[in-house]
Amino acid sequence: METSTINNNFKSEEYFINMGPQHPATHGVLRLLLTIDGETIKNVEPDLGYIHRSIEKMCERDSYQQIVHLTDRMDYLSSNINNEAVCLAVENALQIEVPDRVKVIRTIIAELTRIASHNLWWGVMGMDVGALTTYFYAFRDREMINDIFEETCGARLTMNYNVPGGLMFDIHPNFVKRVKEFIAHFKTKLPEYDTLLTNNVIFQKRMRGVGLLSKEDAISYGASGPVGRGSGYSCDVRKIHPYSALDKVTFNEALRTDGDSFARYEVRIQEMWESISIIEQLIDNIPEGDYKVETNAVIKLPKGEFYQKVETARGELGVYIISTGTKNPYRLKFRSPGFSNLSLLNHIAVGGKIGDLVASMATLDLVIPDIDR
Amino acid sequence: MTNEALQNLISTWVPDFISSKLEFTEEESQFLNITVQPADLHKLLARLKSNSKTNFDYLFCLSGVDWGVELGVVYHLESTTHNHMIVVKVKTEDRDAPVFDSVHDIWKTAEFHECEAFDFFGVQFNNHPNLRRLFLTEDWDGFPLRKDYVDDINMIVK
Repeated sequence: METSTINNNFKSEEYFINMGPQHPATHGVLRLLLTIDGETIKNVEPDLGYIHRSIEKMCERDSYQQIVHLTDRMDYLSSNINNEAVCLAVENALQIEVPDRVKVIRTIIAELTRIASHNLWWGVMGMDVGALTTYFYAFRDREMINDIFEETCGARLTMNYNVPGGLMFDIHPNFVKRVKEFIAHFKTKLPEYDTLLTNNVIFQKRMRGVGLLSKEDAISYGASGPVGRGSGYSCDVRKIHPYSALDKVTFNEALRTDGDSFARYEVRIQEMWESISIIEQLIDNIPEGDYKVETNAVIKLPKGEFYQKVETARGELGVYIISTGTKNPYRLKFRSPGFSNLSLLNHIAVGGKIGDLVASMATLDLVIPDIDR
Repeated sequence: MTNEALQNLISTWVPDFISSKLEFTEEESQFLNITVQPADLHKLLARLKSNSKTNFDYLFCLSGVDWGVELGVVYHLESTTHNHMIVVKVKTEDRDAPVFDSVHDIWKTAEFHECEAFDFFGVQFNNHPNLRRLFLTEDWDGFPLRKDYVDDINMIVK
């Protein structure tokens, strides 16, 4: 056979492949339309909407108390921080000053939520790259946080503990004790994570230099949270626009400049340590006082536009409310961190292999209901 | 920069624009709001980013809005170096074919957000590389987040 015929038989050809909507690595119903040449990715086109519930449209007919409840269902791993975002927006619009006790409890719960979210991310990310054991380690520790949440408000995941004006009810008498128990436990377990996965050579080879994102591109793509900070972009809303009790605590912003998957991994591990530090600073100093300011049963926001940013476990969540002075928002837009972070997936995946796409996507930490809303 | 300084600086650009018109307001909002004519939208936004004093390099929110008569888009911008924020609004009364210039060449994230605005509000964007239904199916009839959208089966109106 002549050489040219052989080359023809093995000639390179682009073709399409569907990844998802039911793919285990997308952690939800996300469909990626991949254009590939052999195993090299040429283009990634996300197709969304498989779990879209039109929360923004539902908000236009709901009262502000009901909207808080809907936000649980967006990024369900940061449910409490989402609740806080809407409550803060409403409180700022009504110019309500919540008691210090509320601020401190909100911050403690938000940081516990962040640890729980990063914890789950660490478990499933290990699974995505083939390290199944991480999942069981992560769930062992996360269980303790969920138990605390359950005792506090009855729910383990979609908490709905914040209400405009404060909290739904006061903390459980055991709360402080159990949080301290968890912190003591977790401080001995978090180094195990490094021993098990971070320092593993095979793991490092899969993560280092993969999914590169420069600082300029991170800003241009609107990256936030650990994705932005892994590229050296200092974007922590808790530092830039502090809210609740975050101005009373000191913590370091986790920053890495490598911009690869491993940098994003390291940022999240460090953030768990920083969250522990924030909780330790606050847990012994929860001020006495009311857990709620009474608001009207029917909340009417003044006419105008209100914007509130918070830092969820995934990045910057924005709540943009346009009010005409009635009991419903005229328009409510959620700027979800996952949506902007997904927009850069094509950029970091092109030129790599399918296996690298899975690893990169794992370090973006996408939660699909957050993107679909 | 303070809102006042921003307004003073941006006002000096007005003669360069086709419509020679920018509307500033700080009423009922925590940010400085600029309403711009569709023809000048791209030029203004490009300048807000490229000017070293404003340097709005971070588009953190792009929302479609239906104001009843007018349809439009709201851009929330922040500068990562100066830490100031601004809001730019663009509106049109043409509800059948609302068209604005795409800003995906200024901020790359806009490509995705503009697809969302198109999907739910039917706002078209000139020069967009791939304007498509991102969430809804290709054959979806109408634009659900518009105020005049009616769906008797799936919508519960209170």
